[in-house]
Amino acid sequence: MLRILKRIAQTGIRTEPAPPRADLPHEESLRIHRELLAILGDALTIRQVDAGSCNGCELEIHAVNNPYYNLEGLGIRFVASPRHADMLLVTGPVSRHMAEALRRVYAATPEPKLVVAVGDCGCDGGIFGEGYASCGRVANVIPVDFEIPGCPPPPLEIMRGILTLLRSKA
Amino acid sequence: MTLLEGLRSTPAPLPAPVPIWHVEVTGEEWLAAARSVVAAGGRLVALWGSAADGLSVAAAYVIHAGLIWVELPLPASAPVYPDLASIFPAAGRMQRATADLLGICASGSVDQRPWFRHGAWPADYLPLHPGAGACEAGESIDYPFVKVAGDGVHEIPVGPVHAGIIEPGHFRFSVVGEKVLRLEERLGYTHKGIERRFTQLPPLEAHRLAGRISGDSTVAYAFAYCMALESACGCAIPERAAWLRALLLELERVANHLGDLGALGNDAGLAFGLAQFSRLREEWLRRLGEDFGHRLLMDRIVPGGVAADLDGPAAARLARHCDSLEREVRALRDIYEGHAGLQDRFIAAGRVTPALAGRLGLTGLAGRASGHAIDLRCDHPWPPYDRLAPGMATHRNGDVAARVTVRFEETQESLRLIREILGSLPNSALRREPQLPRGKTRGLGWMEGWRGEVLVALELEDGAIRRCHCHDPSWQNWPVLEHAVIGNIVPDFPLINKSFNLSYSGHDL
Ligand code: SF4
Repeated sequence: MLRILKRIAQTGIRTEPAPPRADLPHEESLRIHRELLAILGDALTIRQVDAGSCNGCELEIHAVNNPYYNLEGLGIRFVASPRHADMLLVTGPVSRHMAEALRRVYAATPEPKLVVAVGDCGCDGGIFGEGYASCGRVANVIPVDFEIPGCPPPPLEIMRGILTLLRSKA
Repeated sequence: MTLLEGLRSTPAPLPAPVPIWHVEVTGEEWLAAARSVVAAGGRLVALWGSAADGLSVAAAYVIHAGLIWVELPLPASAPVYPDLASIFPAAGRMQRATADLLGICASGSVDQRPWFRHGAWPADYLPLHPGAGACEAGESIDYPFVKVAGDGVHEIPVGPVHAGIIEPGHFRFSVVGEKVLRLEERLGYTHKGIERRFTQLPPLEAHRLAGRISGDSTVAYAFAYCMALESACGCAIPERAAWLRALLLELERVANHLGDLGALGNDAGLAFGLAQFSRLREEWLRRLGEDFGHRLLMDRIVPGGVAADLDGPAAARLARHCDSLEREVRALRDIYEGHAGLQDRFIAAGRVTPALAGRLGLTGLAGRASGHAIDLRCDHPWPPYDRLAPGMATHRNGDVAARVTVRFEETQESLRLIREILGSLPNSALRREPQLPRGKTRGLGWMEGWRGEVLVALELEDGAIRRCHCHDPSWQNWPVLEHAVIGNIVPDFPLINKSFNLSYSGHDL
C-alpha cells in the first residue's frame, strides 16, 4: 500500500485542461460545458456501441478516460446500458449483423438521444464502404447528430466533437 | 530429405524472409499431410478456401522447417474436402466460415452450423465467388446453441452489445449458482466483407485495408500483407526498411501490453494499475504520434518498405523514453507482484494447462503462457531479428497470472529490442516499389504480432487481387477461452477474457 501511495504521489496530477473549441477560448468552453451539464442533468452519460469497427476507434475512445484527458473528471461518464445514456457514441461501418442490435440500442435510449458517429467508418463507411455485409455509415441505420472523422480520431478530437455537439444543442 | 511425409509432389519455396513453401495436393495427400504434421509435432495455422483459379481449399501448417501452404483443388460440381477438425480442433470454425463464404464444405465434420452467416446474406449467395454481385439481406438465423440440461442449470446470454467499450460478440453461459459449466461463443457480428473488399482494391493500396483488419494489430497486418505482396512480386525491401518494420512491430507490442496490463489490474480491482498503465500508454502513443505521424502507426508499413523514418535526435529521444518507461514498468511489476489481493484474483484463474493448450492449438502470447514456446521472431529470425537474438517469454501455469507475467517480460524484451534497433539502424533507401507481375502469382506473409501469428495469403492475377485471406491468432484462441472459464465463477469472466484479449474484428473479417 505504501508503495502504491508513493507512486501516486510521484506521478502527480497529469490531467490537462479540457480542449478548447477551435474558435473559442478555453474558459468560454468550460462555461458552456457547465451550462450544458445543467441542461442535461448533473452529468452526461454516454453509451458506446461498436457496430462493426476494426477496434482502432475503441482504443482511442478508451484513451479519453486516461489521466491525461480524464473525461470522467468533466462529469461525462460511460455507462453500461443505453437506458441510462444521454448520448450514443457509435463506431464502425455498421455491419449488417449489427444493424438490428444498433437499432434496438437506439430505441432503448431515452430522449434526447444524441448520436455521435466516431471515425471515418462511422462517418462515411471508411475503407470498408457498403457491401454484402456492411451497411456503411452509421446514418444509414439510425439518425446521427454529429460526426467525428479520423482514422481513428485522436482522443482530443473525440472530446472536442462531443463538446461541440453539446453546445449546438444548448 | 522430404519436407513432409505423405506428399508425392515437391513443395516449392516462395521468396520470403522466412521459410515458406507451397504445394498442390490430391484428396488423399490432404489427409496424409495433416497426419504427418501431427506426427512431426507441427500445428495448423489457418484454413481457407479460394475461388481465384477454380475452387480450392488451403491449409497453412507450421513444421520445424517453416510454413507450408497446402492447396487442394476441388471440382466445381462437388466442392467437398476431407474434414480436418477431427485432427486439429481449431479447424472447425475455419471450415464453417469457408462454407459460408464459398460453399466449400468439409465432408464428415461434426459441426456444420453456419459461422459467419447470421442472415446478412441468403444461404445460396456465396460472397467470395468472383461473380457474386450485390445482395439483399437473407433471413436472420435462429442459431442452435448447445443446451446444457440438469438440476439448477440456467443460461445467461450476454451480447452482442457488451457493457463496456468493447467489440461485439455473443456469449452464452450455462451456470450452476455462480460457477460456469459451459460457455459457448457466437462470433461474426463485425463481419463486414473484408476479404471481398480486397479484390476491389489495387494491390499497391490494399495494405491500408490490411492495417484495418484489427486496429490493435495494424502494424502486424500491414507487415504480413506487404510481405505477401513482396513475395508474390519477388521484391526485396531495402535494409533500413526491414529494421524500421521490426521497430514498428515492437512499438506496437509495447503499446498493447501497456494497455492490457492496466486493464487487467483494473478488472482485478486495482484501479491504480489502470491509471498508471493508461498514463504510460498515452505517453507512448504521443511519442509515436510525434515521431511517426500516427498514434497507432497505421499506414507506416507500405508495399516495398516503410513510410516512416527517424533522424538521429528523434531516435535518441525514443531510446530515452524506453529507458524511463522500463524503470516505471519495473516498479509497477513489483507492485503487481507484491499485491496480495491482485495475485489472489490472478493466480489459478482461467487456467489452460500445457496439455490442453497443445490439444486445442492455443497460440501466441496465451500459448507461451501455457508452456508453448512458439515465437516466429525466435524460431525463424529474419533480418534484423537474426542479429538481435530476441528472448522468448514463457510460463507453464497457463492462468491469468502467467499471461500477465508474459506481458511484463515481453514488454521489457521489446524495449531492449527497440533500443538495439535504434542504435544500429543501417542507412539505405526506405522503399523499393514492387513491380506487379503479369499472369498468376501467389505470396504469403507470416508475422508475429503482439497477440500471436498473423498470416496473409495472397493470389494475384495480372496486377489485380484475386484472393486475399487474412488469419488472426484469435481463431485458435477463442475456442480455448471456452475451456479456460469452465469451473470459474461468472464474475471472473471479464478478467479471464481480458487476459486473452482476443480480436473480434480480426476474426470476423
Ligand atoms: S475509422 Fe479507422 S480506426 Fe475507426 S473503425 Fe474505421 S478503420 Fe478502424
